[in-house]
Amino acid sequence: MTDRPGWLESSVDGDRLILVGGGCWTFDFAASLDLALKALPPETRRVEFQMAQLDAFDTAGAWLLRRTQEEFEAGGASVSISGVAAVYAPLFQLVIEAEKDHPEIDRAYVNPLVAALNRIGLMVFDAAREGANLLNFLGLVIVTLARSLASPRRLRPTALVSQIEQTGFNALPIVGLLLFLIGVVLAYQGADLTRQFGAEILTVDGLAISVLREIGVLITAILVAGRSGSAFTAQIGTMKVNEEVDAMQTLGLDPIEVLVLPRVVALLITLPLLTFFADVAALLGGGVMVVFALDISFVQFVHRLHDVASLKQFLVGMVKAPVFAFLIALVGCYEGLCVGGSAESIGQMTTKAVVESIFLVIVADAAFSIIFSTLGI
Amino acid sequence: MADAPSETTTQEDSVIRVTGLRTQFGAQVIHDGLSFSVRRGEVMGIVGGSGTGKSVLLRTILGLNTPRMGEIEVLGQNTRTITNALKRRCGVLFQDGALFSSLTVAENIQAPMREHLKMPQYLMDELAALKIAMVGLPPDAGPKFPSELSGGMRKRAGLARALAMDPDIIFLDEPTAGLDPIGAAAFDNLIHELQKSLGLTVFMVTHDLDSLSAICDRIAVLVDKKIRLGTMAEHMRDPHPWIQEYFHGPRARAALKDDIPAVV
Repeated sequence: MTDRPGWLESSVDGDRLILVGGGCWTFDFAASLDLALKALPPETRRVEFQMAQLDAFDTAGAWLLRRTQEEFEAGGASVSISGVAAVYAPLFQLVIEAEKDHPEIDRAYVNPLVAALNRIGLMVFDAAREGANLLNFLGLVIVTLARSLASPRRLRPTALVSQIEQTGFNALPIVGLLLFLIGVVLAYQGADLTRQFGAEILTVDGLAISVLREIGVLITAILVAGRSGSAFTAQIGTMKVNEEVDAMQTLGLDPIEVLVLPRVVALLITLPLLTFFADVAALLGGGVMVVFALDISFVQFVHRLHDVASLKQFLVGMVKAPVFAFLIALVGCYEGLCVGGSAESIGQMTTKAVVESIFLVIVADAAFSIIFSTLGI
Repeated sequence: MADAPSETTTQEDSVIRVTGLRTQFGAQVIHDGLSFSVRRGEVMGIVGGSGTGKSVLLRTILGLNTPRMGEIEVLGQNTRTITNALKRRCGVLFQDGALFSSLTVAENIQAPMREHLKMPQYLMDELAALKIAMVGLPPDAGPKFPSELSGGMRKRAGLARALAMDPDIIFLDEPTAGLDPIGAAAFDNLIHELQKSLGLTVFMVTHDLDSLSAICDRIAVLVDKKIRLGTMAEHMRDPHPWIQEYFHGPRARAALKDDIPAVV
């Protein structure tokens, strides 16, 4: 198989172009043979291929021979091929047949600028359609939710409790640890600033207000989006690929009711609870930092915290939690149901779900800030 | 098939030779001392009940499983020291095609060319289009992704990838499973045509009695951890109860209209 490389010799005899080919006309030497064949003079009346010295011939070699023959014939030349061994005749015939069914083999040239514009256009179009579909899905979920609330047995307590465990209870360690550390960081940064004014006690004010109003709920929501939103997409997407969702529909089960509602309701319950836990953890972290690094006792810290951390500040943060929860669950479930065909699309949709839900959470947070500042809260 | 004519004319040389193969998972013995060989240019069908290790045998020959004992030679090379050059000479069609889902059909076919050879893109495109036509796919299948194809088309695309580098041997794992009878017959026909034209050796695991009778030269039956080789007619005279039931059951009778009488 790896004997002599394929070769081609050309000579001109009057108006005849004589091409003698030999060696291995196979995949291994296709690239060099291709170059040799492309370099032949196109202006020829008669072409003779003498292929008696072939050692090996495969579909690549057969294709090159056939293609060259066609190119010469298209230029008005007469082409004769002789000496191809009888054992290769079926192969050559197969290639001729296949090529006949398949006249279009050239790759269309696309201007890169046009391609880039096309891509941007498609992305904008996709984003708009995605937004519309998400709104549609929102409506569907709300209608189903309303119907289920009318007959609460449809809320499927087992699935709901299981989802609460997965999205809430199991998230406690990571949320607690992360927010504790963020509390430490916030207090440390705040202390640097307040120390310059000699008003170190104000560190507690900064800590309490930022944690309660923004940081607690935002970081928790982002964590939950990465942890549970992606899980929703992956779980529902796997069921979609296995056709379980289709099976559900044929059995008269509503996928929105069975798959989406328990997740949405579970997150609506757990995200506010996690936010409360996160607030406590962050304040604790900040408190530890303040007590150890600054000249403030624990009693002073608690006293100051009690003055600053009013119910209003707490509620301003808390009121966002159910909204964020709804957005995360909605996007996670929606992308899961958008999974189609292959296992690869589960991965793509999961990534998309996380990015979209974090984006929407931050947009919603910005909207809340504007509303609160307009209302003077 | 890329060999000199002198090699293809000697019918007796074997391209796959298995001697004393023993496969075992834990304490469970799958094959116990299998020995057989596949001749150049023949179509060999492997049958056997569920769990008799048909697919395991295929995977072991391909070097994907390591045998507990015994030697396997493919094209004269031991599979324990399998090389890329040898892999190029074997094409495999997995059950559902096993096409790379992130690549288009044309890119799937080009994947081995890209890996093993340095070729200009237009030549690879031309060759991929040729292979697509050879397996009977429509021209617009090339730029499609595997998820956009039907099951039958995925099998054809998988076959095109298996044939991409003009292998000497192709291994097929249940090529007609999941196809409708007409599609299965067309696929059998395609394999037969390609086998003749390209001079391939075909090693296929199948449950399809129609394929067995239509295109297989010899059939290997896996029973009692051993292998029994023979033509269809020889197997039909085999008194082993499982083989009798397999080749003389109602499905077999429908597939084979010959009236070879049962022994029992």
